[in-house]
Amino acid sequence: MTTYTSAVEISHLRKTYGNLVAVDDVSVSVAEGEIFGVLGPNGAGKTTAIECAVGLRRPDAGTIRLLGLDPHADRDTIHEIVGVQLQTTAFPAKLRTGEILDMYRSFYRQPADVGELVEALGLSGKLRDYYRSLSGGQRQRLSVALALIGRPKIAVLDEMTTGLDPQARRNTWELIEHIRDRGTTILLVTHFMEEAERLCDHVALIDHGRIVALDTPAGLTAQARGGKTVRFLPSARFDERVLTGLPEVSRVERDGQHVVVTGTGELVNAVLFALRAAGLEAWDVRLDASTLEDAFVALTGARLHEEHKEKGVEHKEGALA
Amino acid sequence: MSLHTLTAPRAPRAPRAAFGTIVLNEARLAWRQPAGIVVAIGVSLLLLVIFGSIPVFQQTSARLGGLSAFEVYIPILISFSIGVLALAYLPGPLVSYREQGILRRLSTTPVPAFWVLAAQFVVQACLMLIAVFLLIGVSVAGYGAIAPRNPGGLVLALVLAIAALFAIGLSIAAAARTSGAARALMALTFYPLMFFSGLYVPMQILPRVFAAISHFTPLGAAVQAIQDSMLGQFPPALPLLVMAAYAIVFGYLAKRFFRWE
Repeated sequence: MTTYTSAVEISHLRKTYGNLVAVDDVSVSVAEGEIFGVLGPNGAGKTTAIECAVGLRRPDAGTIRLLGLDPHADRDTIHEIVGVQLQTTAFPAKLRTGEILDMYRSFYRQPADVGELVEALGLSGKLRDYYRSLSGGQRQRLSVALALIGRPKIAVLDEMTTGLDPQARRNTWELIEHIRDRGTTILLVTHFMEEAERLCDHVALIDHGRIVALDTPAGLTAQARGGKTVRFLPSARFDERVLTGLPEVSRVERDGQHVVVTGTGELVNAVLFALRAAGLEAWDVRLDASTLEDAFVALTGARLHEEHKEKGVEHKEGALA
Repeated sequence: MSLHTLTAPRAPRAPRAAFGTIVLNEARLAWRQPAGIVVAIGVSLLLLVIFGSIPVFQQTSARLGGLSAFEVYIPILISFSIGVLALAYLPGPLVSYREQGILRRLSTTPVPAFWVLAAQFVVQACLMLIAVFLLIGVSVAGYGAIAPRNPGGLVLALVLAIAALFAIGLSIAAAARTSGAARALMALTFYPLMFFSGLYVPMQILPRVFAAISHFTPLGAAVQAIQDSMLGQFPPALPLLVMAAYAIVFGYLAKRFFRWE
């Protein structure tokens, strides 16, 4: 009988293509019921590592255990308990969404409820549509549904929300959290920082095939420089010393009518409280927290695509005043 | 990391019903992209009806070995139906399934990827058998052809012909990296094989050398074996062995070189 202590155990994984080292000495351990994020710029080796993990590629060195099982030696079991969403998957153009779902459903002995799954992914109205008539986002959501249709113990999702509109992305996140709450371990490849911050218990940052950081999203964010900034429109002119004296504040700048305060900790509370004490109000308050993306940029030196930047948490005007 | 130690699940098997759903979807695809059905069943039946309606085709001829042209064409059209499905409509979907990552995605499920291939086989073989039944049925009922006199020999000839042509079709799917290459290989294979089956000109009226070559081609052997079993003899060993050899050699090549991704 095979026993295991963690859902995914990868040690010293290495995979090369000719002279190119795609994955170099990668070791991770993912606890059961955890959402584990794999982050990195394009070409960092994320997909290669994931494909080795699910048995689609043979690693050159290292060991992989999923629930204690080897992806090659125990492939029959692995296929039953691991659900996979690959980056590049298509289906026959002239099959209907519902037919593809029913077919994949029949592959598993204890499949998920298709109705529930398509409801959560917003595909209920598309079951009679041919695959070729689905939009990119709908195809993506179908692909996620197929990864989850066998009630996997481990779900491996490669860029699951790429191409989805913000609403569909949030719905997908809710579904993933729901699936995790039922005990499924989730391995998530992403380059959406917001997604990793929202979902992941731990993230591994991969760059040039190596893990450059492995921590909780909060832990990684703390490693980043810069801290947070609060930007607001004061109700009247005031002496900057009202704010510069605060322990949370490191810098106060003016940007036209607006004031931009940089600092750490409970910055918003501290600033708003100090302003109120001085008889002022702050309007149009915006918080720019240092994000996982800042950590990412700091640690890899990489720049993410502009569309993936989704920084900024908006606070309602006077919420704390 | 959790501190407790858990027991991993045991190896299960894919449910048998899964094969049924794959066959069902392949059948739907064949129906929704009906070119294969139209050509293999529609065109061959149309040709049969046309040949059957030409009076001179009904006259027996010494040049045709005492048969009528219509009788000569029945096994040729049967071979055409089998050949066109196996060579023109089997490799295409398989190569595009590979190109699009459909086989790769399947290989991460409990279902073996070759089930898709087997499902294709089932659907195409059904279409072939429907074509054979219709061709024989229409020629007997509509045009007074004699019903096959040696059904056992006919079944054996059909099984070997289907096996040989499938093996060649799968070899094309194995050799072709892209759908375009598959189409090119299909054309290179299909037209010469159809020529030697006698579709364009029956072998009986060509110089003997063509007939001699024809006996060693899969469709030529199929025509001969089917023809003989319809006339009442058990097919001779040569065409049966030729078809079996094609099935084995190309079956091996297909298995050896077929790539799932």
